[in-house]
Amino acid sequence: MGEVTVPSMVRLEEGVRWIPGANALLGPLNKLVNWGRAGSIWPVTFGLACCAIEMMDAGASTNDLDRFGILFRASPRQGDCLVVAGTVSKKMAPVLRRVYDQMPEPRYVLAMGSCACSGGVFDTYAVTQGVDQIMPVDVYVPGCPPRPEALMEGFIKLQEKILKEQFRWSQWR
Amino acid sequence: MESMAIADGLQARFPEEILQCFSFQGQVGVGIRPDRVVEILGWLRDDQAMRMDHLRSLCGVDNARRKNGGLGRFEVVYNLYSIALRHEIRIRAQLTEEDPSIDSVVSLWSGADWMERETYDLMGIRFNGHPNLRRVLLPDDWEGHPLRKEYPLRGRGEWVGITDLQAKLEELDAHGFKADDPGPEAGDAGDAATGKRKGDC
Ligand code: SF4
Repeated sequence: MGEVTVPSMVRLEEGVRWIPGANALLGPLNKLVNWGRAGSIWPVTFGLACCAIEMMDAGASTNDLDRFGILFRASPRQGDCLVVAGTVSKKMAPVLRRVYDQMPEPRYVLAMGSCACSGGVFDTYAVTQGVDQIMPVDVYVPGCPPRPEALMEGFIKLQEKILKEQFRWSQWR
Repeated sequence: MESMAIADGLQARFPEEILQCFSFQGQVGVGIRPDRVVEILGWLRDDQAMRMDHLRSLCGVDNARRKNGGLGRFEVVYNLYSIALRHEIRIRAQLTEEDPSIDSVVSLWSGADWMERETYDLMGIRFNGHPNLRRVLLPDDWEGHPLRKEYPLRGRGEWVGITDLQAKLEELDAHGFKADDPGPEAGDAGDAATGKRKGDC
């Protein structure tokens, strides 16, 4: 009989290990779920103004968000993360909230640009002063507009946040 | 045709309607009384020497804070262009503060429809005879006309759509995910009769 070798495990993420020979993952369930979620953020695009152009650029080949598992979806029903890119006018606020309400849990919101974070330069009668007035925001990406690198940094921050979560399961609404 | 020659043509055709002629940087504007605006613009469109077949833009102006007087409180400005003859003119109809209304020119250029609606929406100038004079940019139940000089930058009070939304959000928030919620398995077994667990709704 030969020696029994302990298979060496590859650490993929905090608490998530991969056993190459056995084609298996090992870890606590919530860590595995978080690892899966963090690696497959599907954002709903909500481009409202100039920031949307930078968001598109972040998704294009130079920066290539796909390599983080970030694939833009055009439907809130398929999305995990709402990227609010641009100026939210007051007329748009109820529409934006409706899109958010249509997303399944778990869902995250990334406010992109000064306008979505705080209203930006548009401190006027017609503009919502920050998207956090109408929905919970997970990551704020400042800038006017933020460069694609900044948006990418925002997604990485969101991944870090997801990886630290404890038992976030769906809830019925 | 030179813009000044067009202004002279207008002056000859409608002498009692023309108030003033402005010329700056080679662009010519003609101030007119508002009452016969459809007739004047219709003549500019149909006259064989003018042929102003294109209404480039239509907008409102609030002169409340303008230094050089002699103008009405409001103006409606028509930028006309002739695609065939490649000449242009600007017509500025002067309106009073008491009665900011003017006849609609949708019958001449159907493209004026939304431009007149926008001018009504933001400036509060009414267009008589317009087929559908509703707001176009702001919500229908908005109060006031924001591009008037007396309108405060941040508006007066909150739009009812936002207050409704905030009331709805308070209701929805009771059912949403809470970061410090221990999760369903940590709570009690819930109401066995309805099969509902705590946290479900
Ligand atoms: S933050 Fe700047 S770039 Fe982005 S939508 Fe606002 S004005 Fe445009």
